[in-house]
Amino acid sequence: MNTLKRLAGWIWMALAPAAVWLLANTAHSEIARNPTIDTRIQWTVFILVFIPIAFGLLLFGWFAWKGEYDRLPESSAEVAED
Amino acid sequence: MQLQQQDQAANPIWKVIGASSVGTLIEWYDFYIFGSLAPIIAAQFFPQTNPTAALLATLATFAAGFIVRPFGALVFGRLGDLVGRKYTFLLTLILMGGSTFAIGLVPGYERIGFAAPIIVLLLRLIQGLALGGEYGGAATYVAEHAPDGKRGYYTSWIQTTATLGLLLSLGVILGTRSSLDPDATISVQKFEEWGWRIPFLLSILLVGVSVYIRLRMKESPLFTEIKASGKISKNPLRESFVHRANLKMVLLALFGMVMGQGVVWYTGQFYAQTFMENVCRLDFGQTRTILIWAIVLATPGFILFGWLSDRIGRKWIMLLGMFLAIISYRPIYQQMLAISDTKGMTADPARGRVDRTILPAGNNGHSLVNVTTIAQFDNGIIEKEVRKDTLFLAEKPTAKGKGKISRTLPSGRYWQMIGLVFIQIMFVTMVYGPIAAFLVELFPTRIRYTSMSLPYHIGNGVFGGLTPFIALLLTTIRQGDPLVGLWYPIGVATVCLIIGTLYVSNRIDPNVND
Repeated sequence: MNTLKRLAGWIWMALAPAAVWLLANTAHSEIARNPTIDTRIQWTVFILVFIPIAFGLLLFGWFAWKGEYDRLPESSAEVAED
Repeated sequence: MQLQQQDQAANPIWKVIGASSVGTLIEWYDFYIFGSLAPIIAAQFFPQTNPTAALLATLATFAAGFIVRPFGALVFGRLGDLVGRKYTFLLTLILMGGSTFAIGLVPGYERIGFAAPIIVLLLRLIQGLALGGEYGGAATYVAEHAPDGKRGYYTSWIQTTATLGLLLSLGVILGTRSSLDPDATISVQKFEEWGWRIPFLLSILLVGVSVYIRLRMKESPLFTEIKASGKISKNPLRESFVHRANLKMVLLALFGMVMGQGVVWYTGQFYAQTFMENVCRLDFGQTRTILIWAIVLATPGFILFGWLSDRIGRKWIMLLGMFLAIISYRPIYQQMLAISDTKGMTADPARGRVDRTILPAGNNGHSLVNVTTIAQFDNGIIEKEVRKDTLFLAEKPTAKGKGKISRTLPSGRYWQMIGLVFIQIMFVTMVYGPIAAFLVELFPTRIRYTSMSLPYHIGNGVFGGLTPFIALLLTTIRQGDPLVGLWYPIGVATVCLIIGTLYVSNRIDPNVND
């Protein structure tokens, strides 16, 4: 199970830039199709909000690959440890 | 632990749940009435003929939902971990209630010009901020009072508030809309002119009662305990999102549970309504009463699944809700379309009629023509089409082009539609009922408010809140398939289901006192 968790980490790491690329591409074509200020704002907000989330997914994938989720903490003391 | 026992004598759990739930319900009510009345508010404050005002409308919609809510989670989450739960969620309640009441008082664009949309935008941003801070506080407060083994059950009462807030907002809006005049048409007109302010103004009474109740409550016993022992976090944001051990749990909560829960929640309660109104073309009032019935019937599900999660764990209940949603969304929406379809049906000529009204349009001799065609089909559906057009001098009184169609379902089909929405809200109760307990148990007391608020509001505000927009966008990209919008919630829920299955534990934390 832990091997599967680690290997799946690569999928999450790949999914993050793929999602940003898809979002940026869609934003580009939607703004070109309807170049109003409303469309620009909507898509700028989407991209600004999703880039940090995609970075989070990348980080999640990295943690998974490094085996950080092989065993989950069972007490707050473990979570508090750095 | 001793403090927790002393507190249970002074603050019985039902008093704690009541005080927290009423306030959270009112916050959701406040947040929803703006969304439910968006077209009327837009007409009052953000006229589309003025590009700057329209721009402010877009900002009000997007900023409040997507940016400000997670930001509110950070601001108030930090405050809650530094100052305490009680005063923080008291503050969010006052901010939310005050800004909602103030929206009801702002003069329209026609009276004060640009000041009107700017003030409304600022008040809407305050609403978003306050909502971002409220939920984490209320859920933490109840969970920290709940005895071990009953955390899922007690926090599930908090989970009912988002749905009941929607129910309250729908009820107040429908009630006000129909009670301003004995004549139904005049009542709707009055509501659109000034009556829409009533649901906003009413908020101050609800908030007043809730603030009074919350002021009488004591601080969370666990927070009091860590405060007394000097273990309060000095920098909750840093501890939550920079410290690796906690950050990885925040990411797991977001991608392994909350983002899927968010899309299931928004699909069942918001996309279903949008779909009934815009794709099935159902009547405004009927879509609202369908939702009201479905919510009333499904709400006990939150308590049921919260209670069940104390016995069999949180993980599999929530993931089963996601799985059922993934496999059944397309058949459910296909059936919703079939129920409201009039294609191939014959209209009964004896029951149909055409009403035509012609009113003068200014002093130029032109007129405004309204043509209302009512048809009753052999499957019982009544279809009303309203077409409006300017009638120029010497033209025949006909309105051209396609008009606005609204359909009214007969009793049998109406209840079938309620059943289909009810099933979707049952999925919502499965994914949402146990989630407060799940989030509370992931994080330590000293940074709990901050750590659970951010993933919750990204999952619900961003992933969930985007559901109607992305669904609509997919419909415009791939025209001809009315169900194409469902691929967004199905896709997000599938990724979340896989991550949740692989990485999330079903273990119930026996001790949240640490």
